[in-house]
Amino acid sequence: MEKPAAIIKAISLTKAYGALKAVNDVNFEIQPGTCFGFLGPNGAGKTTVMRMIYCVTPLTSGLLTVNGENVMENMSAVKRGIGVVTQDDSLDYDLNVINNLLVYARYYDLTRDQAVRRANELIEFFQLEEKRNENVRTLSGGMKRRLQIARALINKPSILILDEPSTGLDPQARHHVWAKCHELIEQGVTLLLTTHYMDEAEQLCDQIAVMDRGKIITEASPWDLIKSEVSPYVVEIRGEEKARQKILAAVSDRIDFHEALSDRLLLYTPDATPLHTHIQDMNIPVKTLLSRRSSLEDVFLKLTGRELID
Amino acid sequence: MAALRVWQRNATVYKRTWKLNILPNFFEPFLYLLGMGLGLGAYITEMEGLPYINFIAPGLLISSIMWGATLETTYNVFVKMNFDRIYDGILSTPINPKDLALGELFWGATRGTIYGGAFLSILFIFGMGLHWGILLIFPLIFIIGFMFATIGLLFTSMIKEIELFNYFFTLFLTPLFLFSGIFFPMGQLPQAVQIIAWFTPLYHGVELSRGIFNQVWSVELLEHLVWIIAVTFLNTMVVLRAIHKRLYN
Repeated sequence: MEKPAAIIKAISLTKAYGALKAVNDVNFEIQPGTCFGFLGPNGAGKTTVMRMIYCVTPLTSGLLTVNGENVMENMSAVKRGIGVVTQDDSLDYDLNVINNLLVYARYYDLTRDQAVRRANELIEFFQLEEKRNENVRTLSGGMKRRLQIARALINKPSILILDEPSTGLDPQARHHVWAKCHELIEQGVTLLLTTHYMDEAEQLCDQIAVMDRGKIITEASPWDLIKSEVSPYVVEIRGEEKARQKILAAVSDRIDFHEALSDRLLLYTPDATPLHTHIQDMNIPVKTLLSRRSSLEDVFLKLTGRELID
Repeated sequence: MAALRVWQRNATVYKRTWKLNILPNFFEPFLYLLGMGLGLGAYITEMEGLPYINFIAPGLLISSIMWGATLETTYNVFVKMNFDRIYDGILSTPINPKDLALGELFWGATRGTIYGGAFLSILFIFGMGLHWGILLIFPLIFIIGFMFATIGLLFTSMIKEIELFNYFFTLFLTPLFLFSGIFFPMGQLPQAVQIIAWFTPLYHGVELSRGIFNQVWSVELLEHLVWIIAVTFLNTMVVLRAIHKRLYN
């Protein structure tokens, strides 16, 4: 089957601030109706890529098209088709909840009737009815994020950009945001998100680009990334360094590869149970010994050789 | 159109708070006229053939527009841009930085006009400027407001720390307030000072306003008007570029 035309397409996308290349010769294509994630540590260039897509940062070189429009030529047209949830809360604190939506609708030239109807739909969809006339300052973190997403959807965009949508939210609020994201994908909205949370990327994304120091290191679906970059299972050991070294020496012919971190040892294997039992039988005292499925975090660790710190 | 959206956003916010903050705009001229006009006027009975209160009132009107418009495009814009991150939200919509800047300029001019309008209404109550020629003051109030909005916004586009506004107000606006011919005629100052004054914005507004109030129609008034319009136009071009550069990078 032929792939549909990409809704966002970047060719040799580069952004330089003086000598620093925040985004360095990056290429990607995003298919409509999918969720595409940029994964990477702070400073990897994820946010800069987003900012170039919604036209608040000019390209240094390369070509970037959104819905077929060049972002350097027709900024207003590009922005009309995109909803943006910025990383820092950019709600209008001089206005209450409903007016945040209505004033925002005006920026898109919606008529008063259209704006009121759409704002009411969104307030219901994001369960903000009780806060309708409250000042934005009185909202909890989760509600503020929901209002920001609601605001971004006021013009029914075909693309929704979420820059770290769940950073700073408690677990319940995160799951609420994710559930809403799934509903939006079902409605046909193309989701584009940046995150440094592996679980978030695994939960939401069809396709993931791993970024580090301005470059895309690899790009695939979450499952393919795990399959191709690491083994299916990990046995994780915490304890004294000597003990860890001893175990590693004893099992090195039974594993695919390992990562020796400052505080723990990770052993990658196609099947965790026999390895786990084998180590237990060695009777070497360790603090913890656990087996788990591999995750994107492991992929990231292997690709960049660095632990991902918030 | 996009600039209008930004203006409307500010108007929506103002609609909620105007009742609280408009009252001082009426008290200020009242206090000035009482203190300087009647108080100081008891000693200085006449200046350039006018009762002292009539001499200073047209200039004070223009200075109130200056304070109103610049406050809007300095502190208020700075907070929206850097602290409340309101512009981040606005710029991710079809509004572009130049639209945003133009909207803020019109809003600054509007605030200046509100200050000026309140001041003017008090002058009418004091019986000043009650003649048909005064109609010319209305467009002038708006143009002066726009000019000072561009001056304030230009300074805002150049600074990164809010504390630096102290320099703008103390070392730029306060000298303008004192040395633009509001309180005494410029003719009595040394030639050098008069030349400097010609290059400053408030002086031309004060001269125009006094001419209109006292119906002294002369070609010089036209010269002042041309100066104001030219500077406003040029400064608008400069400030739109400056804001574009600041917000699109």
